[in-house]
Amino acid sequence: MEVWMSIAVGILFAVAVYLILSRSLLRIILGTSILTHGVHLLLLTMSRLKSGAPPLLGEESGSYVDPLPQALILTSIVINFGVTAFFFVLAYRSYLKLKTDDMEEVKMESDE
Amino acid sequence: MTNNLLIMPLLIPLIAAVLQIFGMRHVPIQRWLGGIAVIVNVGVAVWIVITVRVEGIQTLAMGGWAAPYGIVFVADMFAALLVLTTSILGAVCLFYAFASIGEEREKHHFYPFFQFLLVGVYGSFLTGDLFNLFVCFEVMLVSSYALIVLGGTKRQLQVTLKYILINIVSSSLFVASMAYLYAAVGTLNMAHLSQRVAEAGQDGIIGVIAFLFLIVFGLKAGLFLFFWLPGSYAAPPSVITAIFAGLLTKVGLYAIIRTFTLIFYHDTGFLYTLIGWMGIASMVLGVIGAVAYRDVNKILVYNVVAGVGLIAFGLATANVAGIEGAVFYMLHDMIVKALLFLLAGIMIGALGTTNLKDMSGLIKRYPFTGWMFFITGLALAGVPPLSGFIGKLLIVQGGMERGWYTMTIISLIASLLMLYSVMRIFMLAFWGKDRPLIDDRAVFQDSPEVKREVYHEWSPFRPRRLMAASSVLFAFVILIGLGAGWIQTFVAQAADVLVHPTLYIQAVLKE
Repeated sequence: MEVWMSIAVGILFAVAVYLILSRSLLRIILGTSILTHGVHLLLLTMSRLKSGAPPLLGEESGSYVDPLPQALILTSIVINFGVTAFFFVLAYRSYLKLKTDDMEEVKMESDE
Repeated sequence: MTNNLLIMPLLIPLIAAVLQIFGMRHVPIQRWLGGIAVIVNVGVAVWIVITVRVEGIQTLAMGGWAAPYGIVFVADMFAALLVLTTSILGAVCLFYAFASIGEEREKHHFYPFFQFLLVGVYGSFLTGDLFNLFVCFEVMLVSSYALIVLGGTKRQLQVTLKYILINIVSSSLFVASMAYLYAAVGTLNMAHLSQRVAEAGQDGIIGVIAFLFLIVFGLKAGLFLFFWLPGSYAAPPSVITAIFAGLLTKVGLYAIIRTFTLIFYHDTGFLYTLIGWMGIASMVLGVIGAVAYRDVNKILVYNVVAGVGLIAFGLATANVAGIEGAVFYMLHDMIVKALLFLLAGIMIGALGTTNLKDMSGLIKRYPFTGWMFFITGLALAGVPPLSGFIGKLLIVQGGMERGWYTMTIISLIASLLMLYSVMRIFMLAFWGKDRPLIDDRAVFQDSPEVKREVYHEWSPFRPRRLMAASSVLFAFVILIGLGAGWIQTFVAQAADVLVHPTLYIQAVLKE
């Protein structure tokens, strides 16, 4: 199972990098979102996939699932949600102001 | 020693920020809350430094969960000194902002963002847990996204898009490297990590993970991977740039120093040499940029990059002198870089331009600012008896002890060029023929629009208050220089923990 997950992580990373390298701002934002999804999946996979009991004391203490990576992923998802939302708003705002969503043109203007 | 004091530097600005959000319609309330919070925090920071000085490393386990399982906050002398410097910088920059940031930004949540930024910075310094470091980094970065774009000029929007993108990618890499590290050793508490990595040995997979962390923190600190930095830092108003230059890159550097002295300290050959060369490369490229540009903000921003390089070089020497030098120079660098931007803010505010070609003759109207700038420039270069001297001397000594003669000489030449770049600002902007100030010029009175485009729109300009705020930092530049021997004892205590990771581990895991 870990192997398949790793391949999935690889595909997500590849898609994300492809999107981030494109010129349209919306694609870039989607790319960052997919990148963080890939990272979360990586975090889950790296801490071993296993099906077991919830980590409660005294109940089947041998077959715990490690709760830590899940807590980390949850935190990371929340942060990513906020950042992506902010990024979208910023993209909309800069589209209104700069009249373009093409990163090439954004860059050209800044060089003056 | 468990001590609830450690949560205070985070709690105070956090509460202040939340209250400020509720009082968003009343700027005076926001100012009072912010002012009180930063001043109380200076007191708390002094208290933390004294406690660490007297009783040794302080820890705080959240909710009473013991170290490797729960979340811990740790204040060793290094973190405590950085918290103190941050609190001073935060206070000065906030009071500078009162007189320069402008009502429009004040009404749009400048003060809460400022406080949240401080929360993130304090958290990054105090946390004893790698994942919390990530969270605090994000708190800091999200606030910095907002601060950098606040005001919404074209230039700001352009740079913020890139700034956010680069930071999201590096944060993703941060989480990915943490995933690898967790898989390899099964913990994220820094003291525990140090133990586990020492048992497992730092070769093969862990070496690669260490390298990944170096890339991640290098991106955040602007160590060699600083391509995003000059554009982003030159866009927002001076006070925001000052707080960024003083704090954000230094948090990245702190993370490098912490992880590479506490966790990945076994491989002093390849990785440390690499850090050393990255430091030298950022110094060289930084001074080339500083000498090449004719824009005040750009010159100073490239100086920030060069400063980061020198501190990293001090760390890379991996001996007591070099690390003491890195700590000392870092404290000095935070204050001096912020001060330079604050003084540049006065210059830009007076003349309404950032281009040196259009600046001259300021010394007649602003003699005090001029000489402060001159002396700060000397401090930057490490001229005794100012604040940069001891730090630079120790770093050079460390480099010599390590046998890196070429690199040390390059770093000295780079320091000279740093001095040259700042002196050039001084000569061009303060000497020469007198120019009308921005408010005197008819063209701006006719069309306020032009003024908005040139100078960061809406901003009021009250030079006396700005000078008063800057002179507080300036006093520190002098005092650190004169009291170097006394401060050296604190720095030595900080470096002692960095050189002997077991002290840190014992304090956190209590074995």
